[in-house]
Amino acid sequence: MTRRLRNQLLDHLLHGAGLGATLLGLVVLGALLFDIFSDGLGRISWEFLTSFPSRRAENAGVYAALAGTVWVISLTALFAVPIGIGAAIYLEEYGKRGGWSRVIEINIANLAGVPSVIYGLLGLGLLVRTLALGRSVIAGAATLALLVLPVVILSSREALRAVSPSLREASYALGATKWQTIWYQVLPVALPGMLTGMILALSRAIGETAPLITIGALTYVPFAPDGLWSPFTVLPIQVFNWVSRPQEAFLENAAAGIIVLLALLLVMNGTAAWLRDRFQQ
Amino acid sequence: MTRSWRARIERLIESVLFACAALSIVVTLGIISVLAVETLQFFREVSPVDFLFGTVWTPLFFQKSFGVLPLVSGTLLVSVIAMSVAGPAGLLTAIYLSEYAPARVRRVVKPILEVLAGVPTVVYGYFALLFVTPLLQQVIPGLSGFNALSPGLVMGIMILPMVSSLSEDALRGVPGGLREAAYALGATKMQTTLRVVLPAALSGISAAGILAVSRAIGETMIVTIAAGQQPRLTANPLVSIETMTAYIVQVSLGDTPTGTLAYRTIFAVGMLLFVSTFLLNLVSNWLRERFREEYA
Amino acid sequence: MTNPNEGTTVTSKTAIPSLADVAQQGTERGSADAPTKVDVTELSFFYGQKQALEQVTIAIPVNQVTALIGPSGCGKSTFLRTLNRMNDIIPGARVEGKVSIDGDDIYGFGTDVVELRRRVGMVFQKSNPFPKSIYDNVAYGLRINGMAESHSELDDRVESSLKAAALWEEVSDRLRESALALSGGQQQRLCIARALAVQPEVLLMDEPASALDPIATQRIEELVYQLKSEYTIVIVTHNMQQAARVSDRTAVFWLGKLVEYGRTSQIFTAPTEKLTEDYVTGRFG
Repeated sequence: MTRRLRNQLLDHLLHGAGLGATLLGLVVLGALLFDIFSDGLGRISWEFLTSFPSRRAENAGVYAALAGTVWVISLTALFAVPIGIGAAIYLEEYGKRGGWSRVIEINIANLAGVPSVIYGLLGLGLLVRTLALGRSVIAGAATLALLVLPVVILSSREALRAVSPSLREASYALGATKWQTIWYQVLPVALPGMLTGMILALSRAIGETAPLITIGALTYVPFAPDGLWSPFTVLPIQVFNWVSRPQEAFLENAAAGIIVLLALLLVMNGTAAWLRDRFQQ
Repeated sequence: MTRSWRARIERLIESVLFACAALSIVVTLGIISVLAVETLQFFREVSPVDFLFGTVWTPLFFQKSFGVLPLVSGTLLVSVIAMSVAGPAGLLTAIYLSEYAPARVRRVVKPILEVLAGVPTVVYGYFALLFVTPLLQQVIPGLSGFNALSPGLVMGIMILPMVSSLSEDALRGVPGGLREAAYALGATKMQTTLRVVLPAALSGISAAGILAVSRAIGETMIVTIAAGQQPRLTANPLVSIETMTAYIVQVSLGDTPTGTLAYRTIFAVGMLLFVSTFLLNLVSNWLRERFREEYA
Repeated sequence: MTNPNEGTTVTSKTAIPSLADVAQQGTERGSADAPTKVDVTELSFFYGQKQALEQVTIAIPVNQVTALIGPSGCGKSTFLRTLNRMNDIIPGARVEGKVSIDGDDIYGFGTDVVELRRRVGMVFQKSNPFPKSIYDNVAYGLRINGMAESHSELDDRVESSLKAAALWEEVSDRLRESALALSGGQQQRLCIARALAVQPEVLLMDEPASALDPIATQRIEELVYQLKSEYTIVIVTHNMQQAARVSDRTAVFWLGKLVEYGRTSQIFTAPTEKLTEDYVTGRFG
């Protein structure tokens, strides 16, 4: 075989291998979705969505877990969003003078890479014990908030960076203070981008299981949370609980619970994508 | 509103915003101190040498033994399997998307890969236990219901988008001029990619790989669901094992009272986990900085 | 009303003089007896290690138009921005020397920079209206400086600013529409109106017409000519004909140094420095 022919052959080989590798991910995703839906779709019903978990698989439902998820994620948003946006504003608009800002930046990048179960240990040691918040909704939300904080900060910073500097200049030149400029000009323009980042951070939080288990979210919770200090469970933990049972019926429940979880995520990510498109300037 | 009033409010606002940013430092200090306090107390009763080099892990049994190596080997086994999938496949995907694929294909594939990365890990755990393991059992007769192979492979798919996306960034960071010079000399795409672009992007790609390893080590739910709870110092992927992360979950699910030695084991294991991932992230960042300097 | 020299239709109250007129007017324009509004003494400016301005000394008279000309990168815009301390927002910026407005050193300790920027307005090279309505663009400065007590007062001020910028007739029926829908020239006049709304004393203009077509440019130049009776105007331009048309005094910059400064007519017809002569006759730049 001539060298030229051989090189062309190898070229096609690499092309093919690359295509194959790319398809691998897509095929597996397809298999996963097919498997889940075929296992669990039959179990989805109104009763499933509105029943509490039960010892008998046929009666069990995700209501408690759904309620818990809503409680926890709402609180997580309440904690993480203002603090995350505040931190992003500081780092982007105020803190350009190196020193502390650089340290904080590096720190945030590191925190983004810490395994989620470690945040659970932090929550356990700090919130549940030292601050005596107990195994409560508020402890869970605070733990998740700390977990997603780096994500909120990073995406908010990007949104702020995307605002044209000429906007700030025009505002300063009129005699506006820094905060007036940020509040009246920069934030309104950056808000859609920040919103998208927030939604993505929260969709990450919705799927988190390990940190909440570690701080003590129970896996069998036949009631919806009734307050900030109430014990709770969330959707992914409920799925985990069902998956750990050997009975076929519970495994079906697990698959159905996953479908509910994926549906929630679809709605959230869809909203984020829609927002991103709508405000693409 | 007078000027001095306004100036005071501005300073107040700046302080509040600084506090928000500085909270992240508090978080890091919190993690380190929570882990350190419990780990130090743990080391008062168990020698660090026994912990780090012991080969039997039975902290919850009557006959207590605190050698962490079985957990470490479990973690490493699963991670190696995961990287053997995610590494080559991720890199090949990156090469395909960056050098070969038409823009149309990229536009469709990239969001799908992002979906792959966004699937919650419990879902992957379900998939590993109830689809992949039975499937593999048909091909490998001796495969136990809980094993390292199945979660390892699934984890590899989960990490693939991360390797692919970061490697792609590294490949795209290589200036087009280098490629053009190679093509002008008559090289095929493959030759250019493998001999010119890849070496140039090496530190960026290595950074991606190391970050992926760090992610694999820290992954919890897939292994908790599908790998088992039997700490075992082995390189055999077909038997049930336990990883560091799964152990933490196991204890958290149980009734271990706080303040006991058994309770402290999760912090000691957590500390080991934290230090390893932290070091890996550090190396990865250093590599990425070096890559950026080369092609800034 | 047509100006025979220009050959175009000019719809303003005062026609802008041509180059020939400038040469003829001699001592009347740019009289050095006018009191000084902005007094710059040995101003040097540094971006970190790099020195952008070197020992610039210049006295800018009140109610006249002073043009800053020179080749690209010679420091004209940097100098302009030292007059309202806009360079403060650049990290690593350092100033030596003195800039006084009405006798007060604006870099002195205790200067209220925010108030300074209200008194010294700025119009930028590329018009940068806020992504808000036309009304809100002009009203913004008034609101944040607390300069209007009531809605009707705000309305009045917005209207008078837009009139002063010769934009009112074109936008009076669509004040609530987005400013970004206006043409380039209209946007720039909106930016001028916005700057005028906060009642500055000095107006700094950084190549305000360089991104505009000739007709829009002409309207801006007419505006500048009208405004000088109430404001002190400093305008940076790379267009020498524009400087000659519009300004009373001209300062020539070259590599961060002030080469020559004098009456516009003198600079363009009988410069004392060789560098100036080479530049205005087009031998370089």
